[in-house]
Amino acid sequence: MANIDIQNISVEFPLYHAESRSLKKAMFAVAAGRIGEDAKHRPCVSALRNITLSLNSGDRVGIIGANGAGKTTLLRTMAGIYEPLRGQISICGAITALLDPSQGMNLELTGRENIRLRGLFNGLSPQKIERLQADVATFSELEQFLELPVRTYSSGMVVRLGFALATAIKPQILLMDEWILAGDASFMTKAKHRLETMVRGAEILVLSSHAPGIIMQWCNRVIWMEQGEVKADGTPDEILGAYLSPEQFAHAQAAGSIAV
Amino acid sequence: MNVTLKSEAPDETPGLSGPAGSVVFISAGQAWAPLTAMAKADLRQTLSLWRLVWALSVFDIKLRYRGSVLGPFWLTLSTAVMVLALGFLYSQLFHIVLAIYLPFISLSLVLWSFMSNLVAEGCTCFTTQETMLRAMRMPLSIHAARVVVRNVFVLLHNILVIVLVFLILQIMPNKFSFLLIPGFTLWLIDGFAICLILGALCTRYRDVPPIIASLMQVAFFVTPVIWSPAILQHRGRIFLETWNPFFDLLDIIRAPLLSTPISPTIWAIAMFYSTILVIAAGLVFIHSRARIAYWV
Repeated sequence: MANIDIQNISVEFPLYHAESRSLKKAMFAVAAGRIGEDAKHRPCVSALRNITLSLNSGDRVGIIGANGAGKTTLLRTMAGIYEPLRGQISICGAITALLDPSQGMNLELTGRENIRLRGLFNGLSPQKIERLQADVATFSELEQFLELPVRTYSSGMVVRLGFALATAIKPQILLMDEWILAGDASFMTKAKHRLETMVRGAEILVLSSHAPGIIMQWCNRVIWMEQGEVKADGTPDEILGAYLSPEQFAHAQAAGSIAV
Repeated sequence: MNVTLKSEAPDETPGLSGPAGSVVFISAGQAWAPLTAMAKADLRQTLSLWRLVWALSVFDIKLRYRGSVLGPFWLTLSTAVMVLALGFLYSQLFHIVLAIYLPFISLSLVLWSFMSNLVAEGCTCFTTQETMLRAMRMPLSIHAARVVVRNVFVLLHNILVIVLVFLILQIMPNKFSFLLIPGFTLWLIDGFAICLILGALCTRYRDVPPIIASLMQVAFFVTPVIWSPAILQHRGRIFLETWNPFFDLLDIIRAPLLSTPISPTIWAIAMFYSTILVIAAGLVFIHSRARIAYWV
C-alpha cells in the first residue's frame, strides 16, 4: 500500500546574496560576534507553511493555485528532494517525479546513455535495461536520435524522451508537474493514452496544473494552495467550484466530460 | 469521470517497476540521532548503487574525450611529457642521476595529480550536479563517490607512465610493495571524505573553491613532490616536512614503490590525519546533507 503522510511541514529557502554566501562575510560576522543574530535574521522565502496532508492509495490529487503558491515545492518535498525544515514526511512506495522535462538527464550524453543511467538508478538488471531502452525508443519515436547527445535535441524531443523514460518505469506514486501537457498534438494523444494506463497502475497520482479541465478529468481530490498553505482540500467539484468563476467552472466541467 | 481511469484495460506499461515497497521517512530537526541515521542510509544507498557510480564515472571520462583520436590516452601522453620534461630539468638542477630521479618524479607527479584533481573536483561535486539534485531524490554521497571513482580511472591511465619508466629502468617490485594495498585503501577513504567535506562547504560558500585551489598550489611546492628530503639530504633537515599531511599520505604509497623502508611514524601520522578527516567528513555530512539541495 502506497501512502504519503505529511505532518506539519515547513520549507524555507534561505536567500543567499552574492555577498552573504561568502566565507568572508561569515568570518566577519564571527569576528563581530553576531553570527547568531546573522543566522536568525537571514532573509528567507517561506515556500511551504505548516502543511499537513495524508495521501492514500487511490488518491488522484490535483494541486491548483496561483504562480508561486508552492505547488512545485510541495511536489519536490513529496518526492523527498527538499527535506523540510520542520515537521516530518513518510513516503511509502516507489516514486517517480516528472518535475521538469530534462529529468536530471545529462545533456552531453546520448539518449541511450541517459536511459541506461536511469535504469541503473532504478536498480535494473542489464537485460531489463535493454528492454527499457527498446521501450523508450519505440515510444518516443526518436530512433537514430538516441545515438546523439541530448543537447542536440529540439525541446519537443527532450520532452518526448523525458516522458517516455519516466513513464517506462512503473511507479506506485506518480508526481507530475504541468510541463507534461505541453507537447505537439500527435504526441500528446499518444502520451495521454500511456499516462492513463500509468495512472491506472499508480496507486497515488499528484498532478500540479493550471488547466481545470485536466484536473476535472483525472483527479478525485483537489488541493488548493495559496501562499505556501493549503487553502482548501476536497472533491474537484467543491474546490474548483470555489476556485473558478462560475462560467470557467462550467467550462472545466464540460472539458472534463468531453475528454471522457 | 474517474470511472474511466479505474476501468479495465490491458496494462501496457512494461513490467519495469522501480524499487517497490521502499519507505522514505524524513523527519526535520537538529537532533543528531535521526540526522545520523539519514546520513548512514544515504551512504548505504550509494553502496548499493555502485553500478550507477561506475557508469557515471565511465561516462564522465568518455565525455571529456569524446571525439578525440587518442581519447583518454591523452592523459597518459600528457603525463609522460610532463614526467620527461621535469625529469630532465630537475635531475640537472639537483645534480641527481636521471635513472634515480625519473622513477621518483614519475610516481610523485602521477600521485600528486590524483590528489589535487580529487580535491579540485571534490569542491564542485554537488554544484555541477544541480539538475540531477533537483530532479529526483537520490543519495547525495553518490556524487562524492563518483568523483573518487572517476579519478581512479584517470589514475589508471596515468599509471602506464610509471609502469613504462619502471620497465625501462628495470625496477622490480620489492618486499615493501605490498604496503601499496593498505596505502591506497586509505587514499580512497580519505578521497571520499575530502569530497564530502569540500563538496558541502563549496556549495554553501562559493568562494571556497578558489581558496582551495591556491592552497593546493602552495602545497605542491611545499610538499616533497618534485624534490625529496632524501634527495636533498646534503642540504640538511627541511622544515617540518613530516607534519605536512600531504607528505605523509604521499609517502605511504611512494616510499614502498621506491623500495625505501617507511618509518612507522609516517604511517601513524597518516592514520592520525585520516582519522581526523573521516570524523570531520562524518560531521559535515550529517549536518549538511539535508541542506545541500537548498544550497546548490
